[in-house]
Amino acid sequence: MFKKILIANRGEIAVRVLRACHEMGIAAVVVYSDVDRAALHVRKADEAYPIGPAAATESYLNIPKILDVARRSGADAIHPGYGFLSENAKFAQACADAGVKFIGPTAAAMEAMGSKTRARQAMEKAGVPLVPGTSRGVESQQEAEEVAARIGYPVMLKAAAGGGGKGMRLVHSVDQLKSFLEAARSEAQRSFGDGEVYIEKAIVNPRHIEMQVLADEHGNTVYLGERECSLQRRHQKVVEEAPSPIVDAEMRRRMGEVAVRVAQSAAYTNAGTVEFLVDQERNFYFLEMNTRLQVEHPVTELVTGLDLVHLQIRIAAGEKLPFAQQDVQIRGHAIECRIYAEDPDNNYFPSPGKITLLLSPSGPGIRRDSGMYEGWQVPLDYDPLLAKLIGYGADREQAIARLTRALGEYFVGGIKTNISLFRRILRDAEFRAAKLDTGFLDRMLKRSEDEDGDAGAADVAAIAAGVFAVLDSAKTAGSGNGGSEPAGAHSTWKTSGRREGLR
Amino acid sequence: MLCDVTIDGRSYRLELNRAEGRWACRLDGRELEVDAVLARPDVLSLRIGNSAYEIKSERVADELHLWVGRRRFAVEVRDPRSLRGRGRAGVDDGPKKLIAPMPGRVVRLLVREGDAVELGAGVAVVEAMKMQNEIKSPKQGRVQKIFVSEGVAVNAGDVLAIVD
Repeated sequence: MFKKILIANRGEIAVRVLRACHEMGIAAVVVYSDVDRAALHVRKADEAYPIGPAAATESYLNIPKILDVARRSGADAIHPGYGFLSENAKFAQACADAGVKFIGPTAAAMEAMGSKTRARQAMEKAGVPLVPGTSRGVESQQEAEEVAARIGYPVMLKAAAGGGGKGMRLVHSVDQLKSFLEAARSEAQRSFGDGEVYIEKAIVNPRHIEMQVLADEHGNTVYLGERECSLQRRHQKVVEEAPSPIVDAEMRRRMGEVAVRVAQSAAYTNAGTVEFLVDQERNFYFLEMNTRLQVEHPVTELVTGLDLVHLQIRIAAGEKLPFAQQDVQIRGHAIECRIYAEDPDNNYFPSPGKITLLLSPSGPGIRRDSGMYEGWQVPLDYDPLLAKLIGYGADREQAIARLTRALGEYFVGGIKTNISLFRRILRDAEFRAAKLDTGFLDRMLKRSEDEDGDAGAADVAAIAAGVFAVLDSAKTAGSGNGGSEPAGAHSTWKTSGRREGLR
Repeated sequence: MLCDVTIDGRSYRLELNRAEGRWACRLDGRELEVDAVLARPDVLSLRIGNSAYEIKSERVADELHLWVGRRRFAVEVRDPRSLRGRGRAGVDDGPKKLIAPMPGRVVRLLVREGDAVELGAGVAVVEAMKMQNEIKSPKQGRVQKIFVSEGVAVNAGDVLAIVD
């Protein structure tokens, strides 16, 4: 087993991996950029190394700097988390060349899967069901127009190297095609350093369901059940759950077997996810394979009882899978909410800033994977994911009830978060009826919100405001005059006057 | 103490006194039994009669927000004897400012000074946390002035441009 693992990431996932390391008696080495010195993953680490400026290209994406830290720290393996270098075949190869184990698939498997266009070509050969479209990037505007006309609008433009909705555009007509193609290309170039964009037929309001696979380095590949990831905004997943409400045991077996075939066709090892689009008749089409640990892996962990990061590390260390396919049982139901630093009142714009107050939920059936803490300044340089809140229950209803309860306990002050969005989703009648598709959230947000009317709440706020003012002034008086008497009107108005002056 | 509390635009007259750990409270003339414990800074455990509440306090830019359950209230506490009122800029038909809604970097300007713009037309693109956001014109009119250039960093609340 490894003695020391370098975690080439930040935020909640760096903390998640670090915890697994400590659970397994492995020392955790982290890296951080200039704006992340105070980040939680640095606080919890055994060793921490600065790797440069905030810009990811000069820090978390900089392969030579990270390998230099691996060498200096004597780490024998690197866990890439998700995002950043996690799906970068050059990095996996550079690790192998440097004699450090990359905890993930080989560079060759990544190359086969990492490019969505090449993956499509391989899947065509392996007889995996595919959405109609091009299996290579489009060269020109003219070619794009021809392909789109052939498969029929609406079409989806996608970055070959992409993920997370970057470089992705839904195109309804030939008029939109030109500007959207340019935008998708430049966004893909900026985000992934590769402007290749391909075209697929857009399946209207599909479900997005993915299958977790795990493969050891001895030829054993298993699937760990599906995750329903249909709730998305701007092609970013927002809520995920396992199992999917529309997948029964038979469909799970069929999807799982296709996923295993996909993985095996690329001689895939370690954890990976095969994504499918599912249409209204429950036909599923291969979308892509994510060659890394997913953000939403905890829902699978909760319903299978397995720890995917432990298993990733064991597999990378050369161990055999400790169980077979028939041992994998799905039990209960888990739902994850991605807590983002976003302003719900301002079109979900990012909202970085200082966290002035943090009250975190706990209790039965609640898991919280977080990268934030009170007093921490959320930097504006990275993805706005702050934490993941996951509810587990014996069934979907109980998972929803627990999550709703926990969201009520969750409070993040000083910055805006999307916590209120989840309260809305979880009490939505369509969500509760599990009528999910990728258009769900946009539709829900267009409906006006039904305020749960509580007329007395404003009165309570008025009294609380007065109490805060009295206590504030008492504190000021106490520290200022050394007196213990509750403050009189005079100092109260000094306080509020000062407050006025600050405006 | 006596104060005027404004909650989301509605005004209350509040009388609140504390003596020997007991609170006396009168809200718009109604006498209420109140008991309060500051659990930690910004978190108040409040009892009104036997109903219990946990109130969170948050200062956002220049506003004080109090959370009661899942509801957020913008709150202002004033001395009724003070004549100072808060001058609020009223609805204005004149030039409108285009404000950066969050800190970030201006990656693109979509108009030039003097250009005509429609209501809701994109004026600038600001990138933060890997997300590009189009800042839209608050009115139909003409771009009077642009205060930023491509590549500059902006803070929340910064004026990007003025549309007249």
